[in-house]
Amino acid sequence: MNLRRLFAVTIKELRQMRRDRITLAMIVGIPVMQLVLFGYAINMNLRGLSAGVADMANTGASRALVMDMVATGVISPRVSATAPQALMEQLRRGEISVGVVVPPDFEARRFDGREAVQVLVDGSDTVVQSAAIQLAQLPLDTTPTANVRPLGLGRGQIGVVSFYNPERRSAVNIVPGLVGVILTMTMVLFTGVAIVRECERGNMELLIATPVSSAELMVGKVAPYVAIGLVQTTVVLALGTWLFRVPIAGSLLDVYLAAMLLILANLALGLLISTRARSQFQAMQMTFFVFLPSILLSGFMFPFAGMPRVVQWIAELLPLTHFMRMIRGVMLRGASLPELWPDVLALAAFTAVAMTVAILRFRKRLD
Amino acid sequence: MAGDDATAIRARGLVKRFGALAAIDHVDLTVPRAHVYGFLGPNGSGKSTTIRMLCGLLTPTAGEIEVLGLKIPDEADALRTRIGYMTQKFSLFEDLTVRENLEFLAAVYGLSRSRTRERVDELVGLYHFADRQKQLAGTMSGGQKQRLALAGAVIHGPELLFLDEPTSAVDPESRRDFWEKLFDLADGGTTILVSTHYMDEAERCHRIAILDQGALVADGTPAELTGALAGRSVVVRAARPRQAQQALVGLPGVLSVAQVGNALRVLTAGNHDAAARLRDALRGARLDAEVVAGEPNLEDVFVSATRGRARREEAA
Repeated sequence: MNLRRLFAVTIKELRQMRRDRITLAMIVGIPVMQLVLFGYAINMNLRGLSAGVADMANTGASRALVMDMVATGVISPRVSATAPQALMEQLRRGEISVGVVVPPDFEARRFDGREAVQVLVDGSDTVVQSAAIQLAQLPLDTTPTANVRPLGLGRGQIGVVSFYNPERRSAVNIVPGLVGVILTMTMVLFTGVAIVRECERGNMELLIATPVSSAELMVGKVAPYVAIGLVQTTVVLALGTWLFRVPIAGSLLDVYLAAMLLILANLALGLLISTRARSQFQAMQMTFFVFLPSILLSGFMFPFAGMPRVVQWIAELLPLTHFMRMIRGVMLRGASLPELWPDVLALAAFTAVAMTVAILRFRKRLD
Repeated sequence: MAGDDATAIRARGLVKRFGALAAIDHVDLTVPRAHVYGFLGPNGSGKSTTIRMLCGLLTPTAGEIEVLGLKIPDEADALRTRIGYMTQKFSLFEDLTVRENLEFLAAVYGLSRSRTRERVDELVGLYHFADRQKQLAGTMSGGQKQRLALAGAVIHGPELLFLDEPTSAVDPESRRDFWEKLFDLADGGTTILVSTHYMDEAERCHRIAILDQGALVADGTPAELTGALAGRSVVVRAARPRQAQQALVGLPGVLSVAQVGNALRVLTAGNHDAAARLRDALRGARLDAEVVAGEPNLEDVFVSATRGRARREEAA
């Protein structure tokens, strides 16, 4: 491999990129847009659900209970009613998402260990439903501390305790993963079209007639994107810390090393696509075939542990799955990369295989 | 095949099939060094395919190729630094400037940094890009693009230059300038293989080969090729040229009748007193006409070579 030729390809690539406004906008625009979208709009842990309260008991304990519910931040009471029927009306009209009904015999029910409170939920939204279920576990946990009258151990005594994200803010879970999602989307796409574009524009016939080798061309072309990937990582991390107070428990170096591993794996994958696709449009379609399973199966959106065995195997083949484990480990649990060696190894192996196949597949021939 | 110094390209029994279609059908070719060698043929006759095989970009189905003493396609990598190739479609980067394109090619061809600066400066001057160095290649005219492509193809001072229809989208004046550049290069010892479908360009070559439907139908100097047609070209000056043309076009032994102004250029198959037979035919049609011997040109060579082959195939 000749470094002068390799640099020439890289410089050419950078110069072309500088004049390509859309690509330039994508480099920073996609991370910012995704971060804001995922961080604010797609909020799995709902907060501030509009609620109606019908406290028909109106005792000290019942008022304390309602206060505790409000204190979770999950509901914010908008209306108070005197009968559950009124709440059901408002629920149906969509004015509230949650209704809390404290029956008049609340105290008696508490002592008997019967159902003491009812939470009415708008079940048409599954996210709201699960939020309310969390809420329903709350009263029996906290009543003993309300200093009214101690209860015996009963239902709901087992609370969900969340380490590493005690407030259960989704942003904390989402932002580290988002680094991976953005890198998967942009890196594969950028390099996926890189080789095909030269073919479509007719530059390839010129290039293969020159002494530049497949390896020089491939490596030279993807080199600028490594830097771009690191810029994107920085943008997401900086905004994530600033807007969503996402903690970085582990070392920043490990975060960047993990990002680097994913960048290289994705660039190699993109090149592989590029040697296969016949047009830029085809390359984009193929990118989508990688992107969709990556988002759905990597553990970014749905828990990996809950997937069927076969799906887990497929997920293990995706670079994003391994990155997701590494970055959550490093950023949230404070793990170091050597502790996460199986995923480090998996990404390195993926890169080596994909890059080799891409270079071998690319022939300096027109036939 | 032993390489010898006087020959730049030697191809024997060259065949290229794309599926069932034989794009190139047993072509033999010898290109002497420091010559401008023209490849003449209609679109789809196999000119580009042949050039691509000679550069080592396409693998021949059969046949042997030796270029600058190297066996192609096996030694194509060694050949790349010694040849320049200008593609039919503009293949430099439209989103790079003139200078950036040249710098990229210089680096890729292994010129050192200082040599690159020198050489790019030299070419910018030689090819009249002094005031356009920072212009994007994509925004230039057809003639300017071709000039830039040529500058790019010769940046490393190749011994052999392949040009695939370099002037197909270029105005006449730019074409003339372009050919002056080619002769400058040939004068400096560069061998040039250039394909074209312009007769006037073919006429300027030292030697030409005519390709038709993948077969080599003529090969020689323009003078040799036109000389071989002596006596077969006839000029008919008639008062009513369209009618005269109709009278002549079906005659046995008449290959083509083309109107040029008020005269007709007639190409005949044999030279056995062609003029007399034409005179008889015109008199039979009661058309007033003067029939004189014409000077055969390359168009006649082209028509005779391509029609002759079609006839032989019909007969077979």
